[in-house]
Amino acid sequence: MAKITYNTHDGKTHTIEVQNGLTVMEGAVQNDIPGIDADCGGGMACATCHVYVNEEWLDKLPTKEDGEEDMLDMAFEPKQNSRLSCQLTVSDELDGLVVNIPSKQA
Amino acid sequence: MNKTDVLIIGAGPTGLFCAHQLGIIGLSCEIVDNLDKAGGQCIELYPDKPIYDIPAIPECTGEELTNNLLQQIKPFNVKFHLNERVEELKKVENRWHVKTSSKQEFDVASIVIAGGVGSFEPRKFPVKDCEKFEGSSLFYSIKDKTIFKDKTISIFGGGDSALDWAIELSNTSKVNLIHRRDGFSGAESSVQKVKELSEQGKLNLYTKYQIDTVSGDKNIEIVKIKHDDGETKELKTDYVLGFFGLIMQLGPILDWGLNINKKTVEVNTENFETNIDGIFAIGDICSYPGKLKLILSGFHEGALAARGCFKYAKPDEKLRFEFSTTSKAAQERLGVKK
Repeated sequence: MAKITYNTHDGKTHTIEVQNGLTVMEGAVQNDIPGIDADCGGGMACATCHVYVNEEWLDKLPTKEDGEEDMLDMAFEPKQNSRLSCQLTVSDELDGLVVNIPSKQA
Repeated sequence: MNKTDVLIIGAGPTGLFCAHQLGIIGLSCEIVDNLDKAGGQCIELYPDKPIYDIPAIPECTGEELTNNLLQQIKPFNVKFHLNERVEELKKVENRWHVKTSSKQEFDVASIVIAGGVGSFEPRKFPVKDCEKFEGSSLFYSIKDKTIFKDKTISIFGGGDSALDWAIELSNTSKVNLIHRRDGFSGAESSVQKVKELSEQGKLNLYTKYQIDTVSGDKNIEIVKIKHDDGETKELKTDYVLGFFGLIMQLGPILDWGLNINKKTVEVNTENFETNIDGIFAIGDICSYPGKLKLILSGFHEGALAARGCFKYAKPDEKLRFEFSTTSKAAQERLGVKK
């Protein structure tokens, strides 16, 4: 279990307990947090689960697999701290993670 | 006006197999898809990736699956309308009239929406002013490359489309290629070629830059780009091209009065009909308790929706359940009867 905080673009903060093994994307979708579309369902094929990760968490996350950076090229307004939330698997180590959801996914 | 029993929206695996199921029970159909080829997400998102969960096929790629489905529906001579998006829907007595983006019209008894997560549209620039120039000096695809001759073109993106066009247009135009990072997702040989052209001064390469603003009177004159570290540059340009792949959007279907929940269409599980009589939804686009977004589920949904279409196409006939192994009628339709 990890507490994940999702800051949505409307300024709201949602802190959710997400089960280990789910992805940060699934945590958002299952809890109806707006702004994560995840059109491809977690296949790293669409870049619509794009989030900005709070700086202090950047180094603590699993490194990007091949293809994630390629997909981020397609994301809406990618930045240095962009990640695809379908590639972040929740574990105890991610307890306290804060992600910011962009204004749009496309 | 194209008159047929059923209009299928979407030529992905689910739509293709539904065409088979319609054909085998003796209904005619035509298929509309916004892409330029059949296959849907299988072709557009993962043509080369193996799929392992198609019943009785231990492993196949998206492309192989699509080709097999096309082969399977060959006997029915299904007519495809590619590069078309459905736009308007109108009920005319007991029939539906559908109009597409290129003003083709269909007169059908029922409609099966097999639209996946929506129709594929180009991803656009996040900058608002870009809309103003879209179609005149800003494009997301190239239809006529001759207009770029001897002009300055600013291309954004790091995939194959961006690289291929940068290379090709550098022969006849002044090309700026702008990408958000040093790495590219396009083919390695194209990346090398772009770097060579850049070293030879035949192309200007700007990496770690993204679009900031576009400005101009009627056409774009200046595109401002911004580096990761905040520095900006103004580039004189005649055209701006953006290649950021495709995004799926539900589009005009949203306005048809269907019950939509989280970008999916609610259906019953008896025949996958929506809240509107005669309109069915199958595959990734439909939702119901227990829905699994698997291709195999789409096949099942298509088989039942096809049977649901029967009463609208042939209200005076009764559909008998038959097996393809033994049904003479089915075998005649398949062209395999000896």
